[in-house]
Order: sequence, then C-alpha cells, then structure tokens
Amino acid sequence: MSKLVGFQSNPRLKISELIPWVLALAVFFVLPDYLSLGAQILTYILFALSLDLITGYAGVVTLGHAAFFGVGAYTCGILSAKLGITDPLLLLLISAIVCSLLGVSTGMIILRTQKLTQLMLTLAIAALCFEVANKATTITGGADGLTGVVIGPVFGLFKFDFLNKTAYLWCLGILFIFWYLVRRLVYSPFGITLTGIKENKQRMQAIGVPVNSYLLKAYTFSAMIAGIAGALIAQTNQFVGLNVIGFEPSGEILVMLILGGVGRIYGAFVGPLVFLVAQDILAKQFPEYWNLGIGLMLLIVVLFAKGGVLGIFDKLTAFGRSSK
Amino acid sequence: MKKNKFIQLGLVVLSGLVMSIASAQTVKIGFMGTYSGPGAAQGDQLDKGVKLFMKLNGDKLPPGVKVEIITRDDTGPNPDVAKRVAQELIVREKVNYLTGFVWSPNMAAIGPLTTEAKVPYVSMNAAAARVMINAPYMARTSFTLWQSAYPLGQWAAKKYKKAYTAVSDFAPGHEAEEGFIKGFKEGGGEILGSVRIPVANPDFTPFIQKIKDTKPEVIFGFNPAGKAATGMMKAYSDLGLAKAGIKFIGTGDIVTDEELQGMGDVALGVTTVHHYSANSNRPSNRAFVAAYKKEFGENLEPGFMAVGAWDAMEAIFYTIREQNGKIDPDKTMELLKKYKSTTSPRGEFSIDPETRDVINPEYLREVRKVNGKLANVEIETLSTGIKDPMKEFDKKK
Amino acid sequence: MDSFFAAIVSVLFYGVAYGMVLYVISVGLSITMGMMGIANLAHGVFAMCGGYILVTALAKYQIPFPIALALSFLIVAFFSVFLDRLLYKHIYDAPELEQVLFSIALIFISIAIARLIFGTLQQPVMLPEYLKDQFTFLGRDFPAYRVFIIIFSAILIAALWFGVENTKWGAMVRATVDNRAMAQSIGINTKLLFSITFAVGSGLAGMGGALGAEIIAIQPTYPFEQLVFFLIVVSVGGLGSLKGPFFAALLIGVLDTACKYWIPEVGAFFIYMVTIGILLWRPLGLMGKRA
Repeated sequence: MSKLVGFQSNPRLKISELIPWVLALAVFFVLPDYLSLGAQILTYILFALSLDLITGYAGVVTLGHAAFFGVGAYTCGILSAKLGITDPLLLLLISAIVCSLLGVSTGMIILRTQKLTQLMLTLAIAALCFEVANKATTITGGADGLTGVVIGPVFGLFKFDFLNKTAYLWCLGILFIFWYLVRRLVYSPFGITLTGIKENKQRMQAIGVPVNSYLLKAYTFSAMIAGIAGALIAQTNQFVGLNVIGFEPSGEILVMLILGGVGRIYGAFVGPLVFLVAQDILAKQFPEYWNLGIGLMLLIVVLFAKGGVLGIFDKLTAFGRSSK
Repeated sequence: MKKNKFIQLGLVVLSGLVMSIASAQTVKIGFMGTYSGPGAAQGDQLDKGVKLFMKLNGDKLPPGVKVEIITRDDTGPNPDVAKRVAQELIVREKVNYLTGFVWSPNMAAIGPLTTEAKVPYVSMNAAAARVMINAPYMARTSFTLWQSAYPLGQWAAKKYKKAYTAVSDFAPGHEAEEGFIKGFKEGGGEILGSVRIPVANPDFTPFIQKIKDTKPEVIFGFNPAGKAATGMMKAYSDLGLAKAGIKFIGTGDIVTDEELQGMGDVALGVTTVHHYSANSNRPSNRAFVAAYKKEFGENLEPGFMAVGAWDAMEAIFYTIREQNGKIDPDKTMELLKKYKSTTSPRGEFSIDPETRDVINPEYLREVRKVNGKLANVEIETLSTGIKDPMKEFDKKK
Repeated sequence: MDSFFAAIVSVLFYGVAYGMVLYVISVGLSITMGMMGIANLAHGVFAMCGGYILVTALAKYQIPFPIALALSFLIVAFFSVFLDRLLYKHIYDAPELEQVLFSIALIFISIAIARLIFGTLQQPVMLPEYLKDQFTFLGRDFPAYRVFIIIFSAILIAALWFGVENTKWGAMVRATVDNRAMAQSIGINTKLLFSITFAVGSGLAGMGGALGAEIIAIQPTYPFEQLVFFLIVVSVGGLGSLKGPFFAALLIGVLDTACKYWIPEVGAFFIYMVTIGILLWRPLGLMGKRA
C-alpha cells in the first residue's frame, strides 16, 4: 500500500476547509498587482485537482496529463482566434466536451495496459499532442504561439482587463464549482470504490467490481477538468503557447501535486501555490538554483516526507496534540 | 512628547514630498532580455548594447531627470513567459517604456498588452513584421526580414537559376522565406523546394542532406543567429555542400558578426544582405566598435543585435529629452514616428511614420579575410533607406 | 529514380547511425528495468554526463578522442555505482509513483548542475581531424564520423551480445530478468548483480551519449527532451530484452530520419503514432519478457 495517500473518513465539511476561499478573496482585495499570478495559481490548482483524482485516488500514474490541459487551452484559443467565438462560458463548455472525448478515447487505450506500457502510452499521447501543436502552425501558431485570442465579457457584463481582476474571480468561481464536485465524488460510493481499486485492483476484480469501467469514468472526468483548466489559462493570458502541452508541463504538475500532498484534495491547493509563488520569487534571480531546489525538495519528499507539505503539517499537528 | 511627534511627522511628510518629486522625474524603462536558455548568446548582445549605451550616454538627460532600467529575463523564445514578464513590468513596476526582446514570438505576445495598457514598446531585435499592424504603441529600431531577404532574392536571381530555401520554423523564418522567394521568382529564378527547421535545438544534418541531394545552385538560409548560425554553417561544411558546388547565401543572421570567428574558413565567400556589418568603415561604426572592444574585450565583435539595442536606447532617450522627463505615451509615439538617426553605427536610419517600423540601409556583403580574421565586407549598398517591402506589398493588395 | 535511390541511401545511413546511438544509450535502461523493475526515467542523465565528459575532455584538456570516449564509459559507470548505493537503493521496491517522482527529481537536479557548470548553450564537439572528412563509397559522400558511429556501435553491440549469451555474468542476468525470485533462491546475489549490471548499463549510456554528441546535442535539458525516445525504444523493444530494443531503435532512427527528410512538416508525430500502435498490438513490446 502506497504511503502517499491521505484518506479522511468523515465527509462532513470542516471549518478549516473554508480557509482557501477566504484567503483567495483576501488576495483579491489586498494584492491587486498580483492577480495575474493569482489567476495562474488558481488554474494550476484546478489542473492539480484533476490529476489528484486520477493519480491520487484512482492510482493511475500518468506522465501525460498536460495533453488534456493543452488541448483544452488550444481548443479555447483556436475557437476564439480563428472562429471568433468569444463567450467564456461557451468556450469552457466546448473545451470540456472536446477533452472528455479525448479522455474517453485515450482512456480506452491506456487503461487496458499496465505499469511501464501504461506510463509510456500516457507519455506518447502527450508527446503526440505536443507535436501536433508544434507543427500545425496555421491553426496553433506553432513555436510562435497562438495570439489574437479575444475573450468576451463574462455573462456579457465583466470584461477581461489587463490587471486580471475579472480573470481572477472567474477562475476562482470555476475552481469552487469543481472543487465541490470532486469532493462530493471522492466521498461518494464511486470515490470509495476508486480508492479500493487503487489499493488492490485484483481483489476488487475478484469481488466483481467492473474495474475498467470505473477507471474509465474517473479518467474521462479528470480529463475534462484538466481541459477546463487549460481553457481557463487561455482565457486568462489571452494567449496559448507550447508550454501548456507535452511532457514537461505534465511532469511539472505531478511535481506540484506531490509537493503539496497527493490523494487528499488540498494537496492540490497547497502544491501549486507554494511552487508557483516560490518560482515567481526565486526563478527570476537564480533559474539554475530554482531547478536544483525543486529537485532536492522532490527527492526529500519522496524519500522522507511522502505526504508532501500537508503530510508534514499533519505530523506536526499530531505531534503538537500528542504532546499536550 | 508631542513636539517630537510633530517633528517626526513633519520629516515624514517632507521626505514623502521629496521622494515623490524625485520619482516624478525618474523614468522607468523595462528591458526584457534573454539571460538563460539556449537563446542566451543573442540576449548577451542586447545586454551589451544597453550597457555600453548607459556607460557612454546614460547621463545625457535634462537636469533632474533620471532613468532607471529594470531588467528581466524572457528565458528565450517563450511567448508565455514574455507576456508574464511584460505584465509584471507594467503592473508591478509601473514602467514608462518597454524595450528589448530578441525573439519575435515574444513581441507578438505582448502586442495587445501594450495597446491596452498604453505603454510604448521599442523592439531592439524582434523582427516579425505583421505584429506591428494592430499595435499602435509598438515601434522598432532593428530590422525586418523582408528588408534583407527580398533584395537578396532579386540579386540572387541575376546570378543563379535554382535555389532551395532552409529557414527556422517561426514567424521571422517564414517571413524571410516569403521575402526571398518573391524576390527570386520576380527575377526569373526557380525555387526547387523549401524546408522549415524546428527552432529548438535542431539537428540540421538530415535537412541539409536532402537539399544537397536535390542539387540546387544555391541555398538560401535563415536562422535566429547565435549558436544556430554556427550549427547551420557546420552542417553546410560537414556535408560538403561547398565542394558539391552549392553556394550558401542568406540574411545577415547566418554569418552574424559575433559568431563569425568561430565558423572557420568554410564561411568564406558566403554572400549576405544586411543592414549592419561590424567591419564597415563608417566613422560612426568605427567609434562604436572601438568603444565596444574597449568595454568588453579586444577579441569581441559587436553584432547587429547590439546595434539594435544601442539605437533603441538612443531613440528612447531622445523621447525622454524632448518630454523633459514627463512621459506621455501618445506624445512618445508621435516623437518616435518622426525619429531619424544619422549617428547610428549602421548608417542613417529612420522610423516610418505610417507603420512605426524601421527604414534601413541594406548592404550586400561577402565574407572575406581581413587582417587574418573573417569579416563581413560590404561590397555594395543595395539601398540607403528601404521600407519594409512586405507592408508595401500588403498595401497594394 | 537515381535521386530516389540516393535519398533512400541517405535516409538509411543517417537513420541507422541515429538508431545505433539510441540503442547503445537505451540498452542499459532495458536491462535494469527488466531486472529490478525500476522505472528509471533519469537514464538520460547518464547519457548527458557521458556527453559532457567527452566534450570537456576534448575541448579543455585536449585528451585524444579514443581515450575521451573510454573515459565517458568509465567515469559514468563509476559514478552510477555511487548513485546506486546512495540513492537508488531506497526505491528498489517502492511503488511506481515514487520511482517516477524519484527519477524526475534526479532529472531536475542534474539539469541544474549541468547549467551551473557548463552554461545553457549547446556544447560544441571538437572532433579529431581524421574523423571530420567525407568518406566516399560507391560514388557517394558520407560524413566520416557517422560511419565511425555505425562501425564502433556495431562492435560494441556485438561484444555486449556475446557477453550476455556466453559469460556467467550474462547467464545470471538472463536468469534474474526472467524470474528474480527464482534466481535468488538458487543463490544468485541479485543485489550485487544488479549493481554491476547497473554500472555497465549506465556506462554504456554515457558512452552512447558521448558517441552521439554530434547528433543529439549536449545541453542541460537533454534528459527531459530525449527521455521519450529512450522510453520508446525500451517499451517497443520489450523490457528486459536485449535484442528487441535494437530493432526498435533502428526502426525509430530510420523512421525519424525519413520523416525529417520527406515530410518535415509532420515532425515526430508519425513516430508516436507508430509507438502507440505497436504497444497496443504488443503491450509487452516486440520481444518483451516480463508479464
């Protein structure tokens, strides 16, 4: 049994679960110059959440989740820049549908396989999507990126300004919705079955659970959420570049999730927050030391602190409580 | 005691006033260079241009006006990073000007941003031409690809009948390809084929081999200078194209001055068209090169990117002087549109009021040995002031 | 027709050279993954190290090429033993996710160190003069260095295959890959065997990286960028197999070159499609062993 999972048995909402939302709203009022970074963090939290669902809860290790993130971003960008569709909600909807289709079709391919082959397939699919984005320059912009992405006002009222105020609240709202949905799912019978599949697939099969069907549903849902996150980043930046698709961002989001703590929803909140803020402060001055630092931190987490930041936090609070 | 508190308050108010007066006259320039990633060699050229300018001319400002340069790293042709960096400079640092960018994709990414935020941007190198059309706050002191590729195409058609083009696969590459093909075909030449090579870490060999097998008389090449130039030249050399009788021509980027020494004798005879050569004998250039070598080392040659940076700083400082340190974005753009320079190392250049793009002299050059070192020798002046041909053609459509 | 034939020859030549390099680098990965079940995604780090060693030896210390090549094998093999004893042993039996994360961590760290020591630019390879020229054969010109790559790799591969088929070490390796538990129970010291095999495999990767430095540029993001190709070679060839990855590598090498030559607009897309196709048809790879 992997030690990377945290599993709470009580599904009722705790007071501490309100903290992220309070914090997010506070940032909106107190740090208006940082909303661009803030919106980016919110988007990556949604992305990490989708990964947590499939890797942390369902146990499928994927090195290619940014295929969905990227396809979502490019779908949104292309619809806007090339086809003139600008309503943000409609764009999210279409990206969600496209990524769900991609998710179910790739899911059917990869979920039949095991371990290295499965890992390799997730990687190959992401690399394939990258190549398409890289080469189909007339629709994706290739190495130049996709410019000319115009996003209309949310609900026809709130324009996307260059200070990213609208983008921030829009991302926050979408994140809230999917956080709620994922949380419900994880504590539902479906979610608990998923955890069972992750812990012992053979046993679940032995008791008659249609394992592949569950995994496929989870995978498709996760792909859809990742796609929506991608569309959000396209809307926030009004630009789509190659950095959102392929192996590298897939590896990065996995790292962010692990650092926060995998398999416990809020790791997906903490990880990207810590990673992106640290990157914003440090990577500018010392890009090489940034990579070194992240690598070392990851190493330490894997060897000694498997629950990530939240895992360490857990241990400290448990220690604090037991010493009273 | 109350008296002390009053004095303290007074001091605070006074220093606040002093600071606000002082900062009203500090003009902030956001300089976006490339300091990491594979593009760092080109970024280094921009950096040197800026540093040299600030050293020699950084104080040529009206009294009471100071300039602060805030430097950021775009990490290479990464438009997403570029956009974020520009946004930070505008929102967090509140800069009056943006400048820099080696890479065209980065420039394209910030177009709408400069328009919405009304911050003038002067490109030191990024050359893609179509970006500027819907970006009223962007101007350029570097060059466009058509300016060198189109005249080269026309010239090449007089000497050769069959050509093959090999360019890097991004907007400047596409534009160089288009410009050359148009010029070459107009002169009656035949294009045997065109290939676009990935920008990131290319292995030129299979592409160049295919070109060799197709047997053109001449290859037209474009790459984003820096190490890519050396790489392409190496493939040309390793695969024995010179021996097979295939000539290599291109825009000046392929034999960029700062890399030329490392390319070896295979570069001899390569003909290019460009707006600047370090070897030129113009007095303005001789002074520039001397100052460059004194500052950075006798063995280093300035390249066209350093000149682009230098000239951009000149243009920006001109607008600062004319406005006495009180920067209004629209006034700045008006001044830039009328800008003319007679002291640039490249010769005379000006900015086109209609397109805000640069009007450049273009020289035909050949790589020869001068005093035992390789140099781009200007053998003919093809034009003293050519507007961007692409926009001219677009207008006629 | 003559130019078509010439094109085929070019594509095969460059493709085989590239494929050989890929195999020399990846064969170590196949054996170690097959033997100990470790998803070592950081294998590219060893190839990169070998490349840097060669480049530095040639440029900075003027060491003759053959010795520099040998050094790339020896130093990397030695270094890998350290890494194995110090770090890898912690994840021998860890679940897949941890192994993946561990290797990603190693990649990040090595990229940073490479940048710090060597800077971000591609390293130029100072080949000796006798390898720089063209080699004329049947009226066509071939770059001498790539001819060298093909011949040298062929010798290396032949030696490796001979060693695995005919030595005691080879027999033990094959036994352990087939069934680790069984091998242990008949007294094979799998831990020691693994360390030795890991060293050989990593050393080969280092040498492959050095050999291929002209084709696959040596720069800090090497492990990330090339990982896909090494993994494709191993998974398509078959984990734990010695010969499978050879055919996979040649296939990938020739396919990649053919695409660049004839349909450069498509890029590596075709290769990924072929990989996905083969893996769906044969999930264990062309010659895979472990279930």
